[in-house]
Amino acid sequence: MIALDFPEINSILVWKDIFPNFPFNKVALIAVLATLISATIFLLAVRQSHKEAPKGIRNFAEMIVEFVEDGIVMQTMGKDGLAWTPFLLTMFMFIYLCNVPGIIPFFQMPATARMAVPMFLALMVWVIYNVTGIKHQGVGGYLKSTLFPPGVPKALYILVTPIEFISAIIVRPFSLAVRLFANMMAGHILLVTFALLSEALFQAKDKVLIPVGILPFFMLVFLTSFEVLVAFLQAYIFAMLTAVYIGGATHPEH
Amino acid sequence: MEAIARLVAAEATPAELKNNAAAASAGYAYGLAAIGPGIGIGYLVGKSVEAMARQPEAAGMVRTTMFLGIAFTEALALIGFVVFILLKFA
Repeated sequence: MIALDFPEINSILVWKDIFPNFPFNKVALIAVLATLISATIFLLAVRQSHKEAPKGIRNFAEMIVEFVEDGIVMQTMGKDGLAWTPFLLTMFMFIYLCNVPGIIPFFQMPATARMAVPMFLALMVWVIYNVTGIKHQGVGGYLKSTLFPPGVPKALYILVTPIEFISAIIVRPFSLAVRLFANMMAGHILLVTFALLSEALFQAKDKVLIPVGILPFFMLVFLTSFEVLVAFLQAYIFAMLTAVYIGGATHPEH
Repeated sequence: MEAIARLVAAEATPAELKNNAAAASAGYAYGLAAIGPGIGIGYLVGKSVEAMARQPEAAGMVRTTMFLGIAFTEALALIGFVVFILLKFA
C-alpha cells in the first residue's frame, strides 16, 4: 500500500511576499493585473471611432458588454436597470480575471480563493443594494418592502419578518461571498490533489504503479477544462445575483 | 487482525484523538451536506430541461432562473465544504 500525505493547507493557499519587506503577494498581484487588464481592454476599445464598423479589440469589448446587457441586466432588472451595466460589467470582468489564474501556468492560484477578495466584493454589493433601496424608497419604505412583504396574512408577519430580516441582511452577503470563495477553493484543492497524486504515481518506486498514474492525470486534464467553465459561471452568477438584489431594492414586489 | 490488535493497543494522546474525530466528522460534514443540494439541483435542472423542451422560445428566461436556483441551492453544499475545511485544517 502507498499513502500520500496532503500538504499543509497553508502551503497551497498562502504565498510569500514577492518583494522583501513589502506586503504584496501573488494574490494581490493577480487582483492588480485583473484590474489593469480589464481597464486596458475597455480603454483601448473606446479609443476607436464609434462611427466605423468595430474591429479588433473593440469587437471583443462590445461582445462582453452585450453579454452583460442581454444575459445579466435585461434578464433580471429589465430596461431601467441598464444604467447599472458599467458596474456589473466591472464586477464581472474583475471576478472572471481573478478566477481564471487558477488554471494559468505559473499563477496556479485563483485570487478569489482567499476569503478577503469575495468578502470585500460581497460587502460592497451589500452596501450598494441597501443604499439603492433607501434612495429609491426612503428608509421607511425600504424597510417596509423588505421586512413586510405584501400579500402575507397579518398574523404570519411574526414569522415572516425575522426570516426576511435574516435573509436580506445577513445571509445574502454571506452566501454571496461563500459561494464564490468555496467554489474557487474547492477547484484549487481538487487540482492540487490530482496533480500530487499523478506526480506521486509517476515517480513511484514500484514500477507497476507508473501506468496507473495516467488515471489521475486524465482527471487533472478534465478538471482543468472544468475549471474554465466554473471560473466563468461563478463570475456570471455573482454579477447576476448582484443585479437581482439591486433590482429587488429598486422595484419592490407589488 | 494483527493490524487491528496493534491499533487497539496503541495509546492515543488527546490531541491525536481530537484530530481523528475532526477528520472523521469533516468527512461526514461534507457528505451529509451534499445529499440535499444534490437532490435539489438534479430536480431543478431536470424540470428546467422539461420546461425548455416544451417551450423552446422561453429557454433564455428559464436558463437564467435555473442558474439563480442552482446558485441558491448550491450554497448549502458549499457551506458544508467550508465546514469540512475548517474541521480538517483549522
